[in-house]
Amino acid sequence: MCLCQCMMNYFPEEVLEHVFNFLTSHRDRNAVSLVCNSWYRVERFSREKVFVGNCYAVSPERVIARFPRLRSLTLKGKPHFADFNLVPHDWGGYVDPWIEAMAASGVNLEELRLKRMVVSDESLELLSRSFPNFKSLILVSCEGFSTDGLAAIASNCRFLRELDLQENEVEDRRGQWLSCFSDNCTTLVSLNFACLKGEVNLAALERLVARCPNLRSLRLNHTVPLDALQRILIKAPHLVDLGTGSFISDPVSETYNKLKNALKRCTSIRSLSGFLEIAPRCLPAIYPICLNLSSLNLSYAPGIYSAELIKLIRFCGKLERLWILDTIGDKGLGVVASTCKELQELRVFPSDLHGFGHAAVTEEGLVAISAGCPKLNSLLYFCQQMTNAALITVAKNCPNFIRFRLCTLNPTVPDAVTMQPLDEGFGAIVQSCKGLKRLSVSGLLTDQVFLYIGMYAEQLEMLSIAFAGDSDKGMLYVLNGCKKMKKLEIRDSPFGNVALLADVGKYETMRSLWMSSCQVTLGACKAVAQKMPRLNVEIISENDQIDTCSDDRQKVEKIYLYRTLVGPRKDSPDFVRTL
Amino acid sequence: MSSEKFKAANDLPETDISGFNFKETELTLGLPGESRKQISGTKRGISDAMELSLGSSNSEDYHSKNEISTGTKPPAKAQVVGWPPVRSYRKNMIDKGKYVKVAVDGAPYLRKVDLELYDSYQKMLNALQNMFTCLTICNFQSESKLMDITNGVEYVPTYEDKDGDRMLVGDVPWKMFVDTCKRIRLMKSSEAIGLAPRTPVKCSSTS
Repeated sequence: MCLCQCMMNYFPEEVLEHVFNFLTSHRDRNAVSLVCNSWYRVERFSREKVFVGNCYAVSPERVIARFPRLRSLTLKGKPHFADFNLVPHDWGGYVDPWIEAMAASGVNLEELRLKRMVVSDESLELLSRSFPNFKSLILVSCEGFSTDGLAAIASNCRFLRELDLQENEVEDRRGQWLSCFSDNCTTLVSLNFACLKGEVNLAALERLVARCPNLRSLRLNHTVPLDALQRILIKAPHLVDLGTGSFISDPVSETYNKLKNALKRCTSIRSLSGFLEIAPRCLPAIYPICLNLSSLNLSYAPGIYSAELIKLIRFCGKLERLWILDTIGDKGLGVVASTCKELQELRVFPSDLHGFGHAAVTEEGLVAISAGCPKLNSLLYFCQQMTNAALITVAKNCPNFIRFRLCTLNPTVPDAVTMQPLDEGFGAIVQSCKGLKRLSVSGLLTDQVFLYIGMYAEQLEMLSIAFAGDSDKGMLYVLNGCKKMKKLEIRDSPFGNVALLADVGKYETMRSLWMSSCQVTLGACKAVAQKMPRLNVEIISENDQIDTCSDDRQKVEKIYLYRTLVGPRKDSPDFVRTL
Repeated sequence: MSSEKFKAANDLPETDISGFNFKETELTLGLPGESRKQISGTKRGISDAMELSLGSSNSEDYHSKNEISTGTKPPAKAQVVGWPPVRSYRKNMIDKGKYVKVAVDGAPYLRKVDLELYDSYQKMLNALQNMFTCLTICNFQSESKLMDITNGVEYVPTYEDKDGDRMLVGDVPWKMFVDTCKRIRLMKSSEAIGLAPRTPVKCSSTS
């Protein structure tokens, strides 16, 4: 390396820059920028794509100053547990200061990707007016904006290629935001508005689709009826990724027959999702394109019975990714296992969130999948019950897991056969899957499982723990063992001050630590904050008046700590106290 | 074998409701009964809302099922915020179909409302008022009624729950109402007399 470095220093900077341009991952570019001053300089002036995993870890001004040629920015806001209502609504994660700073500094922004951030209509308006070459807006699990903000984007971003709204909470003003795309807008490649609740102007939608010859990805919302879908498909036969809206019609109607014929001609479709409202009797319309599919998401399509799903799956021999509800049952998963030999990613979601369900899948379905789909490397599995024996078999069959997330519907349920904790099963997973980066554990678990995780999960970057462990030891095993840990999130587990304080230096190597309903006290949190000035230690307490309560022995409700270059944030609400 | 956490949940009658968002269960429409006791900032305790949910037949089923499988009582699922860990967006999507029929006594037609669109009783009643233009919300002390101003007839909002029982709108936290409501009926006050005790004495005790 040293020799190589010396030799490369003789290269003119233009050559270095050219070489660096082949490095696409953020991690590689970060590594390159640490080699020497010259490399740092070349890298910083040539980096166009910037990833900020925590919007409070650095100031927008600093990012812009370091990367003046910034074109694509990815930002993440709230902690991951916000997905499950564990982070209070007004916690923060505002994108406004970022957009304002970029607009003020004349950055030539083309792409913005936001996850779990609060986006205002005003900032969308500013975005749409400030960057003449803006092309891509991708919002995932964001909130705070309405269709008015989207109207601004549609009106002003003349070269927009991508508008991708994934699982956002959008206030629907029932405006005509879709008709705001100008007649000159012909550049759309990807349009996803599946998360919008309100009706859209169907005529405007059809015109827009008709004048965008490069449109490849289109995901509609539930208000777009089947007859409109049929007309759209005729205008856009080259779609690769289709998300249907409502899929309800009478199977003997003319509309249905027309749709069937239109779908048959869509031979490029590889990814199919949507079915936000569905009459299962209409499913045969998609049979002809099933064999082409590499991705199928039926996880938003409630009310399809197992038998209907099984019939459909039998046509899907090339699936690499399948998201489905647990109504498919263990038997259905068996059919997936024998049909989908290329499967790499499987997510099975619960259909009954109130927990009174009968549908749920068990260890049987998972074992079948692991035996039939050797390429499986990513799993999210909500199940009624699990056993150690099953997990050990899964670990043996599929050693390639990168993501393994298992959620037992009852968070502390033991092995369904032996009534033992599930430690050995998860232990087998981490021991066998050397490349595991993300793990969620559930079911009855003791400190033993964390011993295994700390010992074997060398590549682990994100770990979610809930209702598990019995003492500080559990968390210590993880902190001492998992050297690559970036995000550790823990809820309702008996880990306390000893674990928190054992190695506070570790937290600077991680992006964040979340602990809620654990045994950590205010005093310990203060100690972390005092020792580590570059950490923000946030205490989130909705019920207590934290200002009046200064007893250090008091247990904290929620603690979120993260490394940062900018010190305590200034937009925190009353219930957040940064130590 | 079992963790401290697990034991604690088994031994104590209190169940883990830490992180529970009390604001969400707050009623915006006054109740005829006693006002709810606000839980002080303790992490473990029982809220009225929780007692209500425990009392429903479904969660009892759940308990008895688990007693068989584990021999113990883990915290009831309905009480654990954020478990199973499903994104709230997905929950809303899957739980949709919150369209319920609205019948008004004497009206020739029914309407449908999507309960997911509202976050409080008051907002739903406002929507009903707009839907049946002849109706106006009248707040008598703590309870809301709808009145047909053309003939002075009063309507009481009632609903049929999962078990098929007819209930008065406003008795349970809004979210529980959304979960259990099957259909809504605006009953003429004169016919709703037997439905629930709504004596002036009780009404005044809440105000």
